[in-house]
Formats: sequence, C-alpha cells, structure tokens
Amino acid sequence: MRVKSRAMAIASISAVALLATACGGSSDTDSTSGGTAGGAIVSGGCNPENPLVAGNTAETCGGDVLDVLTAKLIHYNPETAQPENDIAESIETKDNQTFTVKIKKGYKFHDGTEVLAKNFVDAWNYTAFGPNGQQGGYFFEPVEGFKEVSDPKSKVKKLSGLKVVDDHTFTIKTTTPVSNLPLRLGYTAFAPQPDSFFDDPEAFGKKPVAAGPYKFDSWEENSAIVVSKFDDYSGDFGGNSDKITFKIFQDADAEYTALLAGEIDVVRQIPPSALIDNKFKTDLGDGRYLEKENSTFQFVGMNYHVDPKLKNVKVRQAISMAIDRPTIVKQIFNDAYTPATGWVSPVVDGYKAGACGEYCEFNPEKAKKLLKEGGGYDGKLTLSYNGDGGHKEWTQAVCNSVKKSIGIDCVATPSVDFKTILTKLGKDEVKGLFRMGWVMDYPSIENYLSPIYGATASSNYYGYDNAAFQKKMSEAGAADTPEAANKLYQEAEGLIAKEFTTIPLWYGKTIIGWSDKVTDVKATPFGNPDLAAIKVK
Amino acid sequence: MGKYIVRRLLQMIPVVILSTFLIYAMVFAMPGDPTAGKCGERPCPAAYIEKFNAKYHLDEPLPVQYGYYAKNVVQGDLGENQYGRPVAEELSERFTVTAKLAVMALIFEGVIGILAGVLAGLRKGGFIDNLVLISTLFVISVPIFVTGFAAQYFLGLKWEIFPALATGKDPSLFSLVLPAMVLGSTSLAYIARLMRSNIAENIKSDYVRTAKAKGLTPRRVVGVHTLRNSLIPVVTFMGYDFGALLGGAIVTEGIFGINGVGGYIFKGIQNRDGIAVVGAVTALVIVYLLMNLLVDLLYGALDPRISND
Repeated sequence: MRVKSRAMAIASISAVALLATACGGSSDTDSTSGGTAGGAIVSGGCNPENPLVAGNTAETCGGDVLDVLTAKLIHYNPETAQPENDIAESIETKDNQTFTVKIKKGYKFHDGTEVLAKNFVDAWNYTAFGPNGQQGGYFFEPVEGFKEVSDPKSKVKKLSGLKVVDDHTFTIKTTTPVSNLPLRLGYTAFAPQPDSFFDDPEAFGKKPVAAGPYKFDSWEENSAIVVSKFDDYSGDFGGNSDKITFKIFQDADAEYTALLAGEIDVVRQIPPSALIDNKFKTDLGDGRYLEKENSTFQFVGMNYHVDPKLKNVKVRQAISMAIDRPTIVKQIFNDAYTPATGWVSPVVDGYKAGACGEYCEFNPEKAKKLLKEGGGYDGKLTLSYNGDGGHKEWTQAVCNSVKKSIGIDCVATPSVDFKTILTKLGKDEVKGLFRMGWVMDYPSIENYLSPIYGATASSNYYGYDNAAFQKKMSEAGAADTPEAANKLYQEAEGLIAKEFTTIPLWYGKTIIGWSDKVTDVKATPFGNPDLAAIKVK
Repeated sequence: MGKYIVRRLLQMIPVVILSTFLIYAMVFAMPGDPTAGKCGERPCPAAYIEKFNAKYHLDEPLPVQYGYYAKNVVQGDLGENQYGRPVAEELSERFTVTAKLAVMALIFEGVIGILAGVLAGLRKGGFIDNLVLISTLFVISVPIFVTGFAAQYFLGLKWEIFPALATGKDPSLFSLVLPAMVLGSTSLAYIARLMRSNIAENIKSDYVRTAKAKGLTPRRVVGVHTLRNSLIPVVTFMGYDFGALLGGAIVTEGIFGINGVGGYIFKGIQNRDGIAVVGAVTALVIVYLLMNLLVDLLYGALDPRISND
C-alpha cells in the first residue's frame, strides 16, 4: 500500500513540473541550457572500494561519484568520445613531447579557491609517487621522470617533466613523443586537487572537494552518497538536476528491483537475470532503456614461446575460426556482448572495423584446413580462467566450440583468482590459452595497443616483441596530426592481426535502464550513464 | 541455578578465544586476492598492493598478524575492515538490522509453525493435517531464492502489498516483514512437522489419559499438559535456528537488498578481509553460546524433571 501511494505522489509532482517548465522547453542539443533543469534523481550505486580520491579510484563504484564531482582539463563528448576543452584553455605542442597547458582563469573548486596550475602539478606528483600507492599512478608513465618517482621505495617526489610556469600555465614533458597525450587528460586520475587535499588525503577522501558540476554533500556508509549542484560551477558541462543520490546496493538484482519498484531512477547495468529473453525490455517498456557498445574487450591470449605447439600462426588462426562467437554471445550472455571484429573497441578514436577479417568469423571448414596446414595440435589444449569472476560458462562454451569444430581437446581450466593467473604468467608457467580482458583508460586506439603489445609493456603477457610494431607505434607517437597518428596505429593493429597472438572474442555492451521520471539518459564512452546530463521530467 | 549460569558463562571464554584464532587462521589460509576488485576490472598496480599489504599487515606471518589483532581487541578495538571502516561500528549497524529480521522471522515461524503443528497433530489424518503436510512439503522442497524472488515479484512489485526492498542502514519494520516471512518459511515448515508428530505422540501417553480422567477441560489437557512436553524439541530447534538466521541469511539479504551480517561475512571472506570476518563471526559464536544457554534454561522451565543444578 505504502509503495503505491508514494508512486502516485511522484506522478502528481512530475505533472506539476511539466506544466511549470513547459514554456521554457526548447529542445536543443546543448545539454546545459535545457528547459527542464532541476529536481532530484536517485541513481543506483555501490560501495566505493577506496576513499574518494581521484588518483586512487579505478573501479566504477567510486568512479561514478567522482565523474560528477570532478572537472578535468578536457571532457569527453558522451556521444562521440571526442575530447573537448574543460578546464584547459589550450594544450599546445610543437614536437609532441613538450606540451604547454594553459588553464582557464577563475575556474573554481567547491571550496571557493581557484584552480591553478600548481593544483594539477601537485596532484599528479602525488598520484605518481610510488610510496603513496595510488592506483592511477601508471597514467603518468609517459611523463619524464616517472621511473624514479614511481618506485615503491622512491625518494624522488616530483616528476621532472612537470613544470609550473605561472598560475595558469604549466608544461608537461614526456620521455618519448606522445601525440595523443592531450586526449588522455580527461581521465579522473588527471583531476586537479585543491590545497586542502594534501594536508590529509585519507580524511579528504571521505569528504572530497573538486571542481566539477556537483559538490559532495554526504556519504552514509552502506546507504547513500549525496551530491548537489555546485552553484558556482565554472565549466561548460554543468548538471541538469539539482541533486543526485547514489543509493548503495550490494547486489545488482536488488538494484534492478529497486528500479522496478520506483525507488531509484537509473540502473547502471541491467543484471544478467533480467537479460534472459530480453525480460528487461518488457519490464521497462520502450524508451526506458539503452544499449550501447562500451570499451570492454574480451579476448584469449597465449604465449607461443611457452607453448611451442601454438608456434604456427595457422594453428592460432584455426582456433579463432573455430569459435562460434555469435552463438556463444547469444546463449551465454543473452546478447550483453557483440562479437569482436578486431583488437580495438568500436567506441574509441581511431577504431577501424574488420581488422580481424575472416579469422574472427566462424568457419569450421576453413579452420580444419588451416589446422592441417599448420601441422595440427596434439594433446590437450587448456583455456585458463579465474574461477572467481563468472567466466566458467563462456570459457567452457569456447572450448566446446573448438572441440566440435576442429577436434582439438580443449579444456577450460580454472585458477583461484586473476592474480594467480597473472603470477603464473609472469613465471612463464601457463601453456595453452588464457582469458584476458581490457577496459580503456582513455578513448584512443593507442590504449588498446601499447599497454598490451609493447615489448616491455605492463600488460604484455604474450611474449609479444615485434620491432616493426614498436617502430609503427613510435612513428604514430610523433605524428603531426591525430589522423596521421591513427592511421599508423591502425597499421600497427594490422601487424597484430598478422601475428595473431591474441584471439579477439567480443565487445562489451552497456545496458542502462531508467524510470519514467527522468529523460535524456545517455551513456558515456566509459559505459556509465552520464548522470550530469539526466533531466527530471 | 545462578551457579549454573556463572559456570556456563565462564566456560564460554576459552571457546571464544579459540574460535577467534581458528577463524582468523582459516580466513588467512583461504585462497583469494584481497585486492581483487579494488582497482576495477584489472589487477592493482604493485605500489598500491604494497601499501595495502603494509597497512593491513598482510605481508607478515599469521601469528604476527593475529598478535596485532588480538592486541587491539583486548584494548576494545575490533580494528578496521579493508574499506577503512571500524568493524565495531559496521557490525553494530548490521547486527541491528539482522537481529530485527531474525527476531521477526523467529516470531513468524514460531507462532504459525506451532499453531499449525498443534492443529494438525490433534486431528491426525484430518483436513488440516493434510493441508499442513502438503503445504510444508511444498515449502521445504522449493529453494529459498525461488520463494524469495516469487514473493518479491508478486507481493512486492506486482500487487504492491509490501515494499519490495529493505535497503539502507535502518530499514523500517514494515519493509522487513516480507523478507522475514521468506526467511522463516523453511523453518516454519520444519517446526510445524516437528510439533505435529510430538503432539500426535504425546496425546496418546499415560499422563494425558490421567489428566483427562481427572476431568480437566480439553483446553487444559492440550494447552498445558501435552503442549509443554511437546515443545522441548521445538525449542531446541528454534534456538539453533536463531543463530542460523543471523549468520546464514545471505540469499534473503541479497534478494531484498538488506545490509545484514550474512552479506558482510560473505564479502569479507571473498576479500580475505580477516579482521571483518573474525569480528562478525565471533559475535555469532557468542550469540550461539548464549542461545544454547537460554535453551538449556528453558528445558528446566518446560519440564521440571530436567534440573539445571
């Protein structure tokens, strides 16, 4: 009974709100000047894993909150993922190695102080400094001096590549040319920190101050995080509603139920149980959900230096062609993924469709032929996965597909957790295939290549060491225009396609649902709802 | 009686100390990565892991870790969990919610279960008896998550009789009614069946016949003489069940979004968050011990032949 009466109260309020705003309601594309600003929205949320410090948050529970709290040098367009200047007035470079960043004057933090060049430099030094143990530290890897600063026992506290010129200018010097550096600066790890942060970062993380469209109000553990519109917000990407409450759930199903019960307005990801037979579409009805590809990319890796039976590229291609991606995506994931056609997610700048070509298409006949030409594969082929992450079903399905199509005895083999697999990989102990995944740090094709396939890259578990690839990557890093750089990156992806040391599987999809109280729900390239843009009807 | 209680309470001390160490050691021995998920969908950077391990003493051997923990506990500090939150604070919040839920479930299963059992036991083979047998069989054979989701969907979402969720730090009693009914449903079935067979058996015994022969009203014969004796196994069951309801309500808590103890322990075990798990489980151990004592004392009250001296 109680639920019903509340729902009716909401209905009548929104009717009044519609009348009140009807005259100003010009529907244009500029999200900041819409006629229906105001009101409060409740979003589903989860417990942040760490205090809310921009440089130390890489998971979505804290990231969702920091997204609306922080402003960065640049802002990614939610539709196109293209970078747009936010705090930055301009970011200029002549040689792709020394960048001069000019910031807008008078940009305000929530505590009223102005955002100055030193707020960036100090924050970045803090994040990169090894003994601080910040998760976002690796973002500063291209900056000169990172190696000395990032060591866990480092004594050097400042990146030599960062220099404050004046209050509104600073320079970034990188060790090698990095043409897409400006594009990277929109991630939360690059947010400036006010002076108060450095006094006590731990306490700050419970009550963060930033420069974004919303300011922090309260955080009740296990219950809710509340932010409200910052009246003196200085940027161009302001929020529409007056207040956003992140209601904390421990369980995705409970969050979804709360949406159906009218307790929350936005669900960040529809849970698997509601994807079965597209249940969520009937639950929510048209116009209340959205499906969009996100940056998640799942693939299978191997190191043929460790497992010589995979040495011949034709064997690797044969395995790829033996995987029936569309069927697995449909039956195991209920279409929460789309089959991959290359090594780069379609949401990023520089993506080229079909990089993998016929080798990512299911073709048992051709696969059998390739396997024969490649000398076959004797014995058991293992596909290792971490048993704690819900990967059992699909790895088994991949193995069954391989077994059925080309007769290789493929067995999905669990490890306790991801760290165990990574440790074993570090010791060259994993034969056969292993599951891998990637989520972008910034929307560029480069982010899907250099961290994974660079000879000394942190996530290169495949023994991939290709001089031609390295050369292409450094050429792209020094390219004059983003277009030229992207072309070179695409050629580098072509080299990976030729070697086929990783097998692309599928791209992730963001599936967001919302209540009938709100409108203008969009997904960011990072796969989250753009909460600042949501309007209350 | 007083002496008996004091002796029982003293016996609990070594049990509690030993169990904290055992639980701590078991959490420590479990496979799993404490930093899994802390950095999103990728492994944490080495610097982060190093700082994290140093902060929670995860890089030290087990006895040293336990030493740190025990030292704090003696000073009245249950420590911080891996979210940097005092365990004592979090536990008191969550135990309040879970205790409300468990007590409501216990009342629900006790009142309805005993009543149904008595009615069925008195008229064995009658309509009520068959109804109770069939409905309890149904409840027992359906897994609790099915009961939970079905109840939530129909009673909560579709007909809107109860709130569908009981989230937050301090959910209202009304919103806990549905979860409590789901949680207590299986035990209700067991209690009803237990009660039924006890009543049916005791009603044929000599002392009941004597009571009837003395000319007591049927009400008194059943309500005092038969019921009291038949309650002993049921009380044992309910005492045990209360502890189980406190710690084992993970599924129900998950479905209804309740911030309870079960989910907390589950998450703690997943993250190998030893300090969080030990605090919560030790509290449960103490609850079990106290419930056991209470049950033993109730025996004496129900059946004077059982003495507690």
